[in-house]
Amino acid sequence: MYDRIKCTILAVIIGFLLFSISFAYAGSNQISLKSSREIARVTPGNKSVAPVENATIPAMPSLFPGTLPIQPNEPVSSSITPSPVTAENTPSVVETVTSITSSAEQTVTPAISSPERTETTSESTPGTEEPSVSSPLPASTAVATPGTAETKPKEEATGEKKIDTRWFKTERTNMLVAIVLLSGFIVYFIFSAQRGTELFVRRIAGLSALDDAVGRATEMGKAVLYIPGIMDMDDIQTLAGLSILSYVAQKTAEYDTPIMVPTSRSLVMSTAQEVVKESYMRAGRPDAFRPDNIRYLTDDQFGFVAGVDGIMVRDEPAANFYMGCFYAESLILAETGHSTGAIQMAGTAMPSQLPFFVAACDYTLMGEELYAASAYLSRDPQQLGSLKGQDMCKAVILFCILLGCLLETAGVTSFIHLFDTK
Amino acid sequence: MKREFPMLITVIAGLGYLLFYFIPHWPFNLIGEMFQSWVIVISAFAILLGVGSLIKVHGDRISRKTEGWPYSIILLSGVFITAILGIWKGVDVGTPFDYIFRYFYSPMGSTMFSLLAFFIASAAFRAFRAQSREATMLLVAAFFVMLGRVPIGELIWEGFPKIASWLMNFPTTAGQRAIMIGAALGVVSTSIKILIGIDKSYLGGD
Repeated sequence: MYDRIKCTILAVIIGFLLFSISFAYAGSNQISLKSSREIARVTPGNKSVAPVENATIPAMPSLFPGTLPIQPNEPVSSSITPSPVTAENTPSVVETVTSITSSAEQTVTPAISSPERTETTSESTPGTEEPSVSSPLPASTAVATPGTAETKPKEEATGEKKIDTRWFKTERTNMLVAIVLLSGFIVYFIFSAQRGTELFVRRIAGLSALDDAVGRATEMGKAVLYIPGIMDMDDIQTLAGLSILSYVAQKTAEYDTPIMVPTSRSLVMSTAQEVVKESYMRAGRPDAFRPDNIRYLTDDQFGFVAGVDGIMVRDEPAANFYMGCFYAESLILAETGHSTGAIQMAGTAMPSQLPFFVAACDYTLMGEELYAASAYLSRDPQQLGSLKGQDMCKAVILFCILLGCLLETAGVTSFIHLFDTK
Repeated sequence: MKREFPMLITVIAGLGYLLFYFIPHWPFNLIGEMFQSWVIVISAFAILLGVGSLIKVHGDRISRKTEGWPYSIILLSGVFITAILGIWKGVDVGTPFDYIFRYFYSPMGSTMFSLLAFFIASAAFRAFRAQSREATMLLVAAFFVMLGRVPIGELIWEGFPKIASWLMNFPTTAGQRAIMIGAALGVVSTSIKILIGIDKSYLGGD
């Protein structure tokens, strides 16, 4: 408790310092913003910027449907109209415009950073969807097409680019209410669990079988293969996957079974090494830790699949774990693992990949079960409390769905608009 | 401090992003973009970690001449040749880097992706065996969906596409949305646990 208070105080101090630095940094930008506000307030067409076809972006959608954006620094030419982009086309251009100084004719490359990420709705055909939540492709590159109705901001009609000076986005009030409500439930049940309330958590077969899988590998004298998904650390499924890795690595350390963790992201490799190292230390076997077993293969989706398949075929691990975010490679991995005779466990929150894992793996954690794993395995009352809070949130959502159905059937349409998101 | 410091960074970044989402006013409007710029820079440097790991693992393999060591030579040659050509001649269309991308990288990726078709067939063969009541239901549903999605199905009976559409639009969508709602709540819950420091397992803690 004392440690937590100390940590919180430290967090506040460091947070204050960090925000002070960021304010100072932002302040300098603001000065240039004021001085160059006229540049931002330009009539469409007067300010020409670099054609989008010459814009360099960090990643672009892959060549194949259902695959990840793989091609860095490629010119965008096929899907984006090569006409000049005006400063009004994308909100993020404002900040870019502030960085240019005087000439109204100066060209601007559209900024690649954007607060939101690409979100593509997919067809229900499994294995063929574009990455939705955590695609590395910034949204600004996706919406930067000039001339489309969706991308033209309202300011274009007036010819002015206005800076939002509100202290709260009122159109997101419903989101704030939802977050406060959900957080309230979760925090309440966490404190409730801290006070000693007994909480029941149903048995999750996939998690209960983790020990059996590691035990089987130990009996066969073979390794355990663990894949924490193919996305980076900014994907919460990867974090959930690393949480389970912590438990699995501790078991492998106790049983003296080698564990191999190939990763497709450098940051994930670095984090996984720390997680496994800590687990081995906790098990009292730091000498058995082999950092080379947690290694980076490639960022490329199918290159990674080829590498992992090679490991499966060559080393024939007795237990394969797929816990994290997967796309079209899920079935290739799971089927190859199945062909080697390994016991397989998968967990993902990608609905379109779940059928593949269910078909090819022995146990599958579906959606929320992946996130519940950390609490389930640790049996920490605080974490179990958060599961209970989550269940209460589900009850609220269920109630809202039923109420919405009833009201819609009765012709009252205003209720569903409470859930509009912007 | 080894564990507390990453936690602090997580908490500060998480709260900063939350403020950025709701407050459009300066200076909060810049926080999100600032963090994103940092992520890009950190990720760029993290590539070195990955390349270092590759070189170490495959360098050891070559020096010890373990089984399959010639493949490690090919891999490291590929890494260095591509990187050197990209830095030396650029990455524009027509450069050697572009040639490698078009005529080595893309075909190899396509080859791996095409394996999926065969794996779908083998997985479907196992999944559709009517060994239990659930598997039989799956088989029946798959029968209608597959026939409803190909032209010959409509030729046999015009009701196949309708049944297939109904199955995909209602039971399938309902199931997927239920999973998505549960997963979204799991994300919120996990985020809160990480933000208030209850869940430390991603740092190797309990």
